[in-house]
Formats: sequence, structure tokens, C-alpha cells
Amino acid sequence: MKMMKPSAAPLTTLPTRAGISLKSGHFQDVLDSQPGIGFFEVHAENFMVAGGPFHHYLSRIRENYALSIHGVALSIGADAALDIEHLNALKLLLDRYQPESFSEHLAWSTHGENYLNDLLPVPYTDATLQRVCAHIDQVQSHLSRRMLLENPATYVEFAASTMDEASFITEVVRRTGCGLLLDVNNVYVSSVNHQRDPQATLRALPLTQVGEIHLAGFTEQVDGAGDRLLIDSHGSPVAKAVWDLYAFTLGLTGPVATLLERDNDVPPLPVLVAEAAIAEGILAKTRP
Amino acid sequence: MSDQAYFSRAVLDPALAVPAGLSTWNGSDPTTRFAVYRNNVVVSLVDALCDTFPVTLALVGEAFFRAMARVFLQTHPVKTRVLTWLGASFADFVEVFPPASSLAYLPDVARLEMLRIRAYHAADAQPMALQALSQALAESDALAGLKLRLHPSAQLLQSQHAVWSLWAAHQDILSIEAVKPELAQTVLVFRRDLNVDMLNLSMAQGHFVMLLMAGEGLALAADAAAEHDPLFELGAFLAQLIRLQLITGIFSKRG
Repeated sequence: MKMMKPSAAPLTTLPTRAGISLKSGHFQDVLDSQPGIGFFEVHAENFMVAGGPFHHYLSRIRENYALSIHGVALSIGADAALDIEHLNALKLLLDRYQPESFSEHLAWSTHGENYLNDLLPVPYTDATLQRVCAHIDQVQSHLSRRMLLENPATYVEFAASTMDEASFITEVVRRTGCGLLLDVNNVYVSSVNHQRDPQATLRALPLTQVGEIHLAGFTEQVDGAGDRLLIDSHGSPVAKAVWDLYAFTLGLTGPVATLLERDNDVPPLPVLVAEAAIAEGILAKTRP
Repeated sequence: MSDQAYFSRAVLDPALAVPAGLSTWNGSDPTTRFAVYRNNVVVSLVDALCDTFPVTLALVGEAFFRAMARVFLQTHPVKTRVLTWLGASFADFVEVFPPASSLAYLPDVARLEMLRIRAYHAADAQPMALQALSQALAESDALAGLKLRLHPSAQLLQSQHAVWSLWAAHQDILSIEAVKPELAQTVLVFRRDLNVDMLNLSMAQGHFVMLLMAGEGLALAADAAAEHDPLFELGAFLAQLIRLQLITGIFSKRG
């Protein structure tokens, strides 16, 4: 493809420290206590509103912290064209806040006019690869910046897949010049759900192109055969197995900006800050 | 039908078979696994509606509200990617939802809660400086030709029910026993600084604000309000609107 790749730009300019999700219930608390964390991350769609407290607080918090804007509804994996209005709304937000990082998901969440509010899986085929790459080219061109693509947590696989997830992602990164938002919890969840070796999966990913890491908690169920089925629920502390896999990951990548994600059952701010401090400790050990 | 067309229908409708072509490492029936997607979508959206309509929920109880929200989502596929607006048509649905028909005030309580969300996220605007306002209003010759611009967050709900009282009773401002639901109330919802606030207006005040919002001049709106209630006091009500920082502009009709 004869397209200008924005690959000369850095993947992200987030500090290689730990950050946390910025939740609206914590806005005032953050301004008052100014916690010593590396960055905040927000969901883009929550800030697609005209004015009021969300923009008031984010503007003030952004003055003192690095910022990652994380989209959840662009539907890059959809089998239809990207929504231009949504891309424009993203552009407006990125122009306004100039975040150090912008990321989205390898997933789809829309069909026609309907929005499903979940990150739905795609089969790993040539057709999907071409579509996803075309969409990422369009996003990066529309937003005039490199984006990070997040690896998914999935609960089913597709008989139609012709390549494994790591090969698919590696090829997307190679073709589009986007970076990888490596969700270590998702690697663990998908590895358990599909009986993969998490360390081998990690080694197969494009680790030189990781711009950010996500860590989160999962919940546990069983599938139709009674085997473990993990759900990426973002509602609990990071599990021991995921902390271990995180340390293993940093051993391969070196220090990377790391987000502690929490979207449900959000605890008081100091609890999130304390969890970020655990990640800071592991990050410190990997610094040269 | 494309693969994603059927997949998305099956996510939204648990009565449909799971999509063909799903595989599992252990050969297990994918129904349990596919149910994770079904559950994620419905539960996250029902939770978002619970957050949007806390008083409506309290009036009917959580079990009833969640069941009602599920029917709403099944019959009104979500069109917005911004969940802030998820409940935009919820009140209209509640109005024609037969199991809720005995609570005639419920749709307007839901309307009021959605207006509060709109006010919270509405565009910012500077209130007019008191001095400039006083000066413009003091030039009484010009009063007849003046129009007021209200803050973008300001919205009016003219209800046949005591929506303000029902809402207030759930904030421990009023006791629920004191509320007469059949009493008509007109509520002005707005944001001042960072907080959503509400004014329980008289019928005359409500009429006055409605006409201002429709772009009518100050004099016409005041006359119409006085027809509703000869005791309507323009000066006192304007002073209240100014104090609440609701007036963001004053301009002459031809301007």
C-alpha cells in the first residue's frame, strides 16, 4: 500500500510509569490529593459531551498529569465502514486534550445503526486482516497520529480462523504502523479460555511495538464442559497470576507505561493508587 | 445475512441459536461461552439505565425497574455509542409500558431525570455580568424590545404530576407522605457552576420561561404570565433568574 505511515512518530509519549483509570466519582479527590501516579486514562466516549463537569475536571487534571484517551466504541473490527461522525468526535477530543496516547480495540461493537456495548470477537482470516488494516489506516490518517491497538479478551474462537491471534496482531502492526496496547490480563484470560500458553503467546506478539500495558481483574466461571472460563470484568484487583505474567512481560519489553484498569465496583481513589504503586514497584525492578 | 449481522442479532436475542462456526478448545457447547457476550451487553446497559434513573428505580423497586429496562432494550435497540444518552427515549417507552400504567407520574419522573443528565453535560456559558444586565433592564423604554438568552443547560418540564416533589422526596428534602402526585408542577432544570439544580415554578413563571425559550420577547412573555396569574412579579422572578446565573445574554429583538 502506497500510504504514508505515521510510524516515524513515537508510539506514545506516556511516562514509563503506572497510571490509573480516571473515574468521575474521583474528579474532586484527584484535584485535592494530587496522587503521585504516572498518568490517567479516560474512555473517549464518556467525554463526547458539550460541557459541564466532565470537561471542567479533565481540563484541570490534564494540566498536572499525562493523559491516555482510550476509545471503546469505534468498532474497528466491524464488517462495515467506520462511522465518520464518531471519528470526528474523537478528533475533536484529541485536538482539545492532546493526549500522550490514543488507543482502541481489536473488536467490533456496532452493526448497522445498533450499538452493542461490548467488545465482540473477529475471526482471524485474510478478509478480517485487510478490513482491520484499512480501518486502522483510516483512523491514523483521520486523527493524524499513531494509535495503539489492544489485544482482546475472548470467550469463543472461530472455526474459520486461518491464523492465530498473535500472528494476526503482528501482521496488523507491521502493515499499519500502529502500536500495541498489550493487555496482559486479556492475554491471560484468553489463554485460559482457549488453552493457550500465555508466555508463548506473549513472546509471539510484536513486543518491540508495545506503547502501553493494561492490567485488570477478571472473574471466573466454567464453560459447558466445566472447564475454567475467565471474564475480563474490570471490577476487582489484579490477580496474582496476572502480576506474575506482567513481570514476565516487562522482562521481555523493558519498562512500559502501565494502566490499572477499573470500570466496575470502583473503590476509593487511594485503593487504585495503591494498586498502581505495586506496578511501579515491578517497573522499578526492570529499569536498567 | 453477514456473519456479524447474525452474531449481533443472537447477542441481543437469547431465543436465537448461537452463531454457527464458533469453536471451543475442549469441544464444549459454545452456548455457555456465547452467553458471556449476551450477558455483558444486557447487564452493562441495564446498569447504565439504573444509574441514569435512580428515582424512577426507587419508585418501582429494582426488580421491576431492571425487568422494564430489559424490555426497553429489547424493543429499542441502542443507536448511540455515548451511553450518557442511552435513556433519551426511555420516558416515552415507560409511558406506553402497560405494567407501569398505574403509576401515571412515572414517565415524567423519568423525563425529569433525563433532563438532569442533559443539564449536567450541556455546553458551558458565562452568565451575564449583573451590572450589564441591570443597566439593560433599567432602560425601561427598551424593555419591550428585549429578549433574554438562558443558559444552555436550562430546560423546562411542564408536568401534570408533582415531579419535583417526587424527586425531592427521594433526596430527603421532602417526606414522601407529604407528596400529592396528582398536583401539576412545572420544573426548570439547569446547571449552576458544576451542579444540576431545579426550580419548582408557578404556572405563570413556567409560562414565562417557556415563551422566553421559544424566542419571544420579554414584554410578551411577561404579559402572558400575568394573564395566568395577575400576581406574577416580573422583577422578582428576573432577579431570581439572575441570582441563579441563568441569564447569559440580553439583546434587542431586531439585534
